[in-house]
Amino acid sequence: MFDFYFELPLLLRLVLQGTAVILVLFPLAAACSMAERKVSAWIQGRPGPNRTVPPFLAWIPGISILQKLGIFQLAADGGKFTFKEDVVPGHVNAFYFILAPIASMIPALTTVAFIPFGAYFTELADGTMKLVPIALTNLDVGLLAVFALGSLGVYSLILAGWASNSKYPFLGGVRASAQLISYELSMTLSVLPVFLWVNAPGGPGTLSLFDVVQSQSQPGFFGGMWYIFLMPLSAFIFLIALFAETNRQPFDMPESEADLVGGFHTEYGAFKWSLFFVAEYAHMIVGSGIFCLLFLGGWNPLPWVTLADVVNFGAGFLPLIASPLVMGVIGITLFLLKVGFFIFFFMWVRWTLPRFRYDQVMTLGWKKLLPLSIANLVLYAILIAVKDLYFPNL
Amino acid sequence: MAVITVERKPLSFLERTYLPNIAAGLATTFKRMVQPSETLEYPEVRPEIPVGYRGVPTLVYDPHGREKCVSCQLCEFVCPPKAIRITPGEIPADSPNAHVEKAPKEFKIDMLRCIYCGLCQEVCPEEAIWLQNQYSMTGLTREEMVNDKKRLYELGGTLPDTHFKWDKKKAAEEAAAHGGHH
Amino acid sequence: MSDLLFHLFAVFTVACALGVVFNKNAVASALCLLLSLVGVAGLFVLLDAFLLAVLLVLVYAGAVVALFLFIIMLLDMQGGDRKRFTKATLVSSTVAGGLLITGLVSFATRGLNHTTILAEVPVVGNSLRAYAEQLFTVYLLPVQIVGFLLLIAMLGVIVLSKKFEGLEDIK
Repeated sequence: MFDFYFELPLLLRLVLQGTAVILVLFPLAAACSMAERKVSAWIQGRPGPNRTVPPFLAWIPGISILQKLGIFQLAADGGKFTFKEDVVPGHVNAFYFILAPIASMIPALTTVAFIPFGAYFTELADGTMKLVPIALTNLDVGLLAVFALGSLGVYSLILAGWASNSKYPFLGGVRASAQLISYELSMTLSVLPVFLWVNAPGGPGTLSLFDVVQSQSQPGFFGGMWYIFLMPLSAFIFLIALFAETNRQPFDMPESEADLVGGFHTEYGAFKWSLFFVAEYAHMIVGSGIFCLLFLGGWNPLPWVTLADVVNFGAGFLPLIASPLVMGVIGITLFLLKVGFFIFFFMWVRWTLPRFRYDQVMTLGWKKLLPLSIANLVLYAILIAVKDLYFPNL
Repeated sequence: MAVITVERKPLSFLERTYLPNIAAGLATTFKRMVQPSETLEYPEVRPEIPVGYRGVPTLVYDPHGREKCVSCQLCEFVCPPKAIRITPGEIPADSPNAHVEKAPKEFKIDMLRCIYCGLCQEVCPEEAIWLQNQYSMTGLTREEMVNDKKRLYELGGTLPDTHFKWDKKKAAEEAAAHGGHH
Repeated sequence: MSDLLFHLFAVFTVACALGVVFNKNAVASALCLLLSLVGVAGLFVLLDAFLLAVLLVLVYAGAVVALFLFIIMLLDMQGGDRKRFTKATLVSSTVAGGLLITGLVSFATRGLNHTTILAEVPVVGNSLRAYAEQLFTVYLLPVQIVGFLLLIAMLGVIVLSKKFEGLEDIK
């Protein structure tokens, strides 16, 4: 059915796949801004944006549901940002001022290349079934690549703050650089226990995100356990560091509007401003995706129940379910549901907690989280060594 | 005055991590999220106006259809932002209300100046000017925002009355004219 | 294709490296350094050394250059007056340049003598496991030495940057 696709030149296929992923990620990130407004409204006891509907669509029955959800408001906002006059203030360094929002898109849209969204069975030449990830690239060093590209995100904030050439954006930029560097350490250290567990001695050795999910899909008590149960502390530290890395409340120091007007984006408006926010939400989506892959079993529906189990079970009733396309769609849906929950969690926290003071952010990062993540690493290193030495069959 | 020093209790370990409080906060906001919203869908749903609300000042008729204002101009004098302008006039002799003698020829309230203080209502000896339920006054020009006499009566309408002070006065006068003595 | 990409990345890297040296604006310099590092990472990818490429971007491009920018911004460097060349700088730069050229020439001539070696070098950078094994067996001593050097440099920075009044402050 899809043979014609695989006969296309490799480069064209890669371009098509990449474009497809970006075409999903970009609107999804934009839709998050509407979700944010809705969640904030519900938490504050308001209905949120629920009025906009294009007059030529208003006659369709049932359209009021979409209207109530603010779907058309999203389109109106997008249109507004696109066609608004794009002002470059007179006192800025124009080249870097324009470069900054563009630079913010690069890590936001490239990190998704290393995220597997789902998996499907494919039949090898010798007749055995093999689980294949649905991802743009399944790199051996996948997680490091995500961290590496994600860490480039700080430059857009620094550049925006510096190029704006006025004090509030500048302070926002300086805060951003300090905060992102501080929390990168705890973030990286917190995932190490996961990979210590995955890479048992004698194994092939991997940092691939697909293999992490695979190691959560094994039979047995420990094999099928999600790592959030096995390593709750790691997950906790990773989650906090994720909040800080994506500049979300209560860590949104770079744009804390109470003391910095708008922070790094004070001088920005229209389309350039919206690019920053699409980038922020794209970071959130990718970050939640990594959290789900590392700690929540990726596309597996439940702990100890893998996607393969479900599909094999379902195929007993309906053989169609085992086809790669359907299985891929099920996997992606489950994965996106988990990611969606985390996006919601980000928003939920944002509208619940007040912002930290800057010194509290630094204290938390360097004096609390970093020692905790080091202690966590040492503890799990010992535990895993003991387990491998004395209970190798567990 | 005695100074009471309040001992600040040292926080427990759990309190210092903030985590229980954060969880409690999240629970609160989640509960809030599933409750129906507090706001009104304004143009379709209007708020309930409480008794004694001070809205836009209006002029009223009495139940017999007589305009109550006698253009005494007390409201004009008392109005702090000087929003009221009254041009007094006489009631023609052939009118059934001729014995009231005076009525406003023109009555203007500039709603761009009005501060809704209600002093005009308080000072009015005829209970002719009332701040009623109307809370939304809009207009595209300054002229539109000045309510003239016609508009003021439109907004005010008729309010119930129990005294009928001027009818009683007229009846008393007529009785005196008939009887010749009190 | 690979050759074309190599030339592209090589030219890009060198051009950006030159940009680091010749830019008057410190921030622009730091950004050129960033691009140059990305170019080097691209070269590593062409050599199938994904791990090195990723680590280079993660550590240098992601953190070190960000720190540079942070410090440039904090100190608010504005190009400043260029210092005249003194005799000492002339002598030291000549020596350094001479050493660099000697090294490059010797490296190039050695490479000419053993062109086949490159193909025989086992690729260890692409597999995490092979890389780690090499690092912790064959190259363990250099790794430790470099680690100590970094530690010493860090201590030196602390001593230089902090003003100690007396022995009490150190304690």
